[in-house]
Amino acid sequence: MNTHTIPHTSAKDTVVRQQHALQDPKWVRWSLITIALGFITLFICLPLGLVIYQALSKGIEAYWAALTQADTLAAIRLTLLVAIVTVPLNTLFGITAAWAITRFEFKGKSFLTTLIDLPFSVSPVISGFIFVLLFGAEGWFGKLLATYDIKIIFSAPGIILATLFVTFPFVARQLIPLMQEMGHQEEEAALSLGASGWKTFYSVTLPNIKWALLYGVLLCNARAMGEFGAVSVVSGHIRGLTNTLPLNVEVNYNDYDVVGAFASASILAGLAIVTLVLKTLLEWKQTSR
Amino acid sequence: MSHKSVMPGFRPTIGLTVLYLGLVVLIPLSTLVFESFKLSWDDYVHIITSKRVLSSFQVSFFAALIAAAVASVFGFITAWVLVRYSFFGKNIFHALIDLPFALPTAVAGIVLATIFQPSGFLGRLLNEFFGLQIAFKPIGIVIALIFISIPFVVRTVEPVLLEFESAMEEAGASLGATRLQVFTKIIFPNISPALLTGFALAFARGVGEYGSVIFIAGNIPYVSEIVPLLIVIKLEQYDIQGATAIALTMLVISFLLLLIINLLQFWVRKRSGQL
Repeated sequence: MNTHTIPHTSAKDTVVRQQHALQDPKWVRWSLITIALGFITLFICLPLGLVIYQALSKGIEAYWAALTQADTLAAIRLTLLVAIVTVPLNTLFGITAAWAITRFEFKGKSFLTTLIDLPFSVSPVISGFIFVLLFGAEGWFGKLLATYDIKIIFSAPGIILATLFVTFPFVARQLIPLMQEMGHQEEEAALSLGASGWKTFYSVTLPNIKWALLYGVLLCNARAMGEFGAVSVVSGHIRGLTNTLPLNVEVNYNDYDVVGAFASASILAGLAIVTLVLKTLLEWKQTSR
Repeated sequence: MSHKSVMPGFRPTIGLTVLYLGLVVLIPLSTLVFESFKLSWDDYVHIITSKRVLSSFQVSFFAALIAAAVASVFGFITAWVLVRYSFFGKNIFHALIDLPFALPTAVAGIVLATIFQPSGFLGRLLNEFFGLQIAFKPIGIVIALIFISIPFVVRTVEPVLLEFESAMEEAGASLGATRLQVFTKIIFPNISPALLTGFALAFARGVGEYGSVIFIAGNIPYVSEIVPLLIVIKLEQYDIQGATAIALTMLVISFLLLLIINLLQFWVRKRSGQL
């Protein structure tokens, strides 16, 4: 009877058909890879390569001269100053906020978490504008600041404040989900064995969160050094005084100083690449944990 | 009995958190709201409905919409390729996806402007072969926003694709579905909330984006002037009222988008069984 053979072949058929339904055909696979890589090459690799090409377009000496210009050096110094002030402050805040939010139950917790993320959804230009409203000449504290001869807008403090605002959520947002997931049994154990709060944090919590913390600090630093919109509104673009590196890029570009603009841009692109490399390493560390 | 945590440091940490949040974020942001109280409703409407402001909103929204849509299509393909296939150099491409997050927007701005300007590398090619000019036109804004949007889409879709259970695909296959049916009926519906979230995140970011856009846009009023730039221009003309009205409108729109995104993410988590 035929009935003996039919189930056998159809079962084999089914397996083959199922295999086909689980895998993309080869031509689909290769066309998708081509599309994706083409897209990424066009939008990401090409721009990255162009920074270096343009910076060196008039030779290495012109590049070096652009980098060591007084204005560029001043911009590098200001950018470092901004990062040195804002990153530790926001790191400290991030740890504190994550501790409060993940280690205790209280009313309005999810609302507080939403508020912490707020700066991410505000346009950079508005992030700078609000500080002009507060401290600008026509601002709320404008007259008061003028009588004491304190300058915030069009000077370094304004740039630092705007950067603080923009980079505010980075560390907290890395730590909160991780510490939530960790739970607090280990810390409770340490506390019940008589460790102090600080000791517990230092020897139990910190080792567990160190990679996520570094990751947050890294992203915070990248943004602090690279922020443009918010800083541009409060800086006033005074050469050698209130230009950070991203603003120096803009000023040089608008002056048709291509090598100057791309020289500054190359430092920032280098920073971005270092950030990406460290980020990838930290991601490996985190997943291997 | 009230549940009391044995954890130390609630008062100092919550106190410091609220204080710092208030000083750095909430007080500065609220000045925008208080400043807008100085405006009468009529003033506000007059500013917002002026032709230049309306055009800028139109430009910003359309550009962000198109860019987010394009980035969603290509971002989805990219995420798919990165999760499902293996090929040479995959790790490098994977790391490069985040470049738009890491590269300062001003750098992205001058680079894209240089590539697409009529004398630039791609600008010249496109002009010669297709008679297409990208830089200093609204489409230039779209290009810049696509660049900004890529990681939002890829990084939102990727984890969902990674966690997607192959058991569901196997079930579909064993019931006799073809590959196309497995994709359209099983995979895509399950990924679509994440894709929509990525789209919304990209759109929200695109509407407010400034640095990467202003160099390539040409900034022609009524044609290629974005809202954030108009705020800056009003500010430079000491038109605080105008800047405030536009900024407040943008802020309200951003918060509405944030609300939508949060609902979307809630939906994604619910669907993937994390809630």
